Amino acid sequence: MSTISSVPFSGTPEQEKKLREIIAKHKEEKGCLMPILQQAQEVYGYLPIEVQKIIAAETGYPLEKIYGIVTFYAQFALNPKGKYRISVCLGTACYVKGSGDIYNKLIEKLGIEGGGCTPDGKFSLEACRCIGACGLAPVLTVNDDVFGRLTVDDVDKILSQYA
Amino acid sequence: MKKSMEELMKIGADMKEKLGIRDEKNADGTITKRHVLVCGGTGCTSSGSAKIIDKLHEEIKKNGIEDKVEVVRTGCFGLCALGPIMIVYPEGSFYSMVKEEEIEEIVAEHLKNGNIVKKYLYKETVMEDGSIKSLHETNFYKKQHRVALRNCGNIDPENIDEYLGTDGYKALEKVLKEMSPEEVIQTILDSGLRGRGGGGFPTGQKWKLARNIVPNADQKYVCCNADEGDPGAFMDRSVLEGDPHVVLEAMAIAGYAIGANQGYIYVRAEYPIAIHRLEIAIGQARDYGLLGKDIFGTGFDFDIELRLGAGAFVCGEETALMTSIEGNRGEPRPRPPFPAEKGLYSKPTILNNVETYANVPRIILNGAKWFADMGTEKSKGTKVFALGGKINNTGLVEVPMGTTLREVVEEIGGGIPNGKKFKAAQTGGPSGGCIPAEHFDVQIDYDNLIAIGSMMGSGGLIVMDEDNCMVDIAKFFLEFTVDESCGKCTPCRVGTKRLLEILTKITKGQGTLEDIDKMEELCYYIKANSLCGLGQTAPNPVLSTLKFFRDEYIAHVVDKKCPAGVCKDLLSYEIDPAKCKGCTACARVCPGGAIEGTVKNPHVINKDKCLKCGACIEKCKFGAISKK
Repeated sequence: MSTISSVPFSGTPEQEKKLREIIAKHKEEKGCLMPILQQAQEVYGYLPIEVQKIIAAETGYPLEKIYGIVTFYAQFALNPKGKYRISVCLGTACYVKGSGDIYNKLIEKLGIEGGGCTPDGKFSLEACRCIGACGLAPVLTVNDDVFGRLTVDDVDKILSQYA
Repeated sequence: MKKSMEELMKIGADMKEKLGIRDEKNADGTITKRHVLVCGGTGCTSSGSAKIIDKLHEEIKKNGIEDKVEVVRTGCFGLCALGPIMIVYPEGSFYSMVKEEEIEEIVAEHLKNGNIVKKYLYKETVMEDGSIKSLHETNFYKKQHRVALRNCGNIDPENIDEYLGTDGYKALEKVLKEMSPEEVIQTILDSGLRGRGGGGFPTGQKWKLARNIVPNADQKYVCCNADEGDPGAFMDRSVLEGDPHVVLEAMAIAGYAIGANQGYIYVRAEYPIAIHRLEIAIGQARDYGLLGKDIFGTGFDFDIELRLGAGAFVCGEETALMTSIEGNRGEPRPRPPFPAEKGLYSKPTILNNVETYANVPRIILNGAKWFADMGTEKSKGTKVFALGGKINNTGLVEVPMGTTLREVVEEIGGGIPNGKKFKAAQTGGPSGGCIPAEHFDVQIDYDNLIAIGSMMGSGGLIVMDEDNCMVDIAKFFLEFTVDESCGKCTPCRVGTKRLLEILTKITKGQGTLEDIDKMEELCYYIKANSLCGLGQTAPNPVLSTLKFFRDEYIAHVVDKKCPAGVCKDLLSYEIDPAKCKGCTACARVCPGGAIEGTVKNPHVINKDKCLKCGACIEKCKFGAISKK
């Protein structure tokens, strides 16, 4: 994970205004950094160093503490996600039913590694741990759509829906 | 608006009467009103239950029977494999795998004319002579005993009135008005309730410590661990989605018992439906005065806040969870001091998991003896399991402690699909171990599972068949722990990584017998020296597979074969010249161009080029290709 995202930061003044409102709302609470970072990620889609710097300046916490938190939790992203976020469940129930093969097929099809994003910004791919739809294993999600009871052959069909 | 005692009692009594419709016993005589319960849990929502609900409303309106039918979106019924699920009461008709296009007929025939549409019912409920058997008589449900899940799938989780109609918040009232904190703790102790999150520590003992260890503490906290991190376990999520108020009520009871007035629920951000319903539930409880100041006019204050996790498995460990709530990297710290003495913000704190809390109100209302009468000598009550993997009835089951693994897998779970053989069940997730076929009749409880090298864990139960490689499974769990190790202590950070390297070497066919011994030694070292539960239990999947499936490890290192046919590097594909007709189908589909041969002559696989993708096997109509 690199500190500075390869994609140039393109935050808007509206986003920054929202971010400052979020910080102002929470900064007096105990344990405020987690909710602030979570909501900041909702605003920007990820947490680039530029956003972390604003949070550090506004809350008074050192940047290294904030960076430490951001890199600790899997949910926080330093890089932007694709327009369509593909997430393959590699939880145990899905894994024993072959989700690993589906994940590998996506890596091959999209030409990106897990955690990466296609150069056109369209698809990003990640593995996740159990979304709790074990009854439908193996499962993947594209943004909020859930696809279950998959076989490797379904991968093309799913990708073409978002072409 | 804060409700008076009388108002709450009236809401509860009215609702109780209304909920009577959801009981098959009341199906006799003329039916004037029906309730259609549709599962809105994550499993069924993923298979499209929201569309079913929309369609139901549309058709009900079209048929003009809005006043005769109520559609209720509930939590999980448990049988996720058959989702979306819909039950019509009072008949108790169980429609499974419901499709949008079936709704028109079901509404017109069943809901309007009273004729159950048998062809769409769950097959097992329709007898040969055409009669319908109750859902409670089916294999999946008949051995279950629902305590923690009793409201899941029965009530609307977004409506506090329905919870009140099931004696909701009566346990809190009883505790506040009739019991001293010591009596509450004694009741929980007598019930024998143990932590359902994995460790199995006696819940009453935990509460007692937190009540007494620091005299005159100015502040204490009650926390709920809803950071269900075991991949393949989803019982806590189902309770939160199906019955969120039971957790709030139990936390308030715990608060009264230990002397705390603030609670935190630490819930996974990956559970959006659960979070949404918790937010609604907290809002409604505050609104009715069941959370907040002066609850039931007794002077007791208690409130609850939500804190979202951010995807770190280690935060299921109690000290790490509290560190995370405080807004830090979720790293554990050494114990003692235990949280009962110095927990959240260094104040005395108790942490219980969702399923543990879900048992508490029932224990208070029905008494400790009622609970202690269920289960085995040292493990009381029931346990919820998330059944997954190679099993027909994937879903959520709750059985009395002491039920055998065989009953859970074969009877409730409906056995293994495609006539395959049971190989092992994995319990306890990345901290647990595998139970092989030779222990199929083990009575499931905390101590029996530990005795055979596994553990209860939070209740994930993943079934594996002969096609699963146990070395690969051990490697899968190690990949998980390496990924999730927080990095604070060396035995876990470096040790698990070395373990994974050896396992990878073995699955590639480069391992030696010495590696197996080295690995075992390293396992014991990591267990003995890691700081927290994550590292102390991380080697368990390796140790338990070594114990029961050592021959598979040996096959990998000595014979360079993977008996289950999973580890790709150890497979070789071959064409049987006697069966090959020379149709060229395999050669055309081969992405590596590894298959050579001419039309109508047997083909040959060039092993240097073969990618071992298996595409040829799927294509061959004559069964001439095999992997060994």
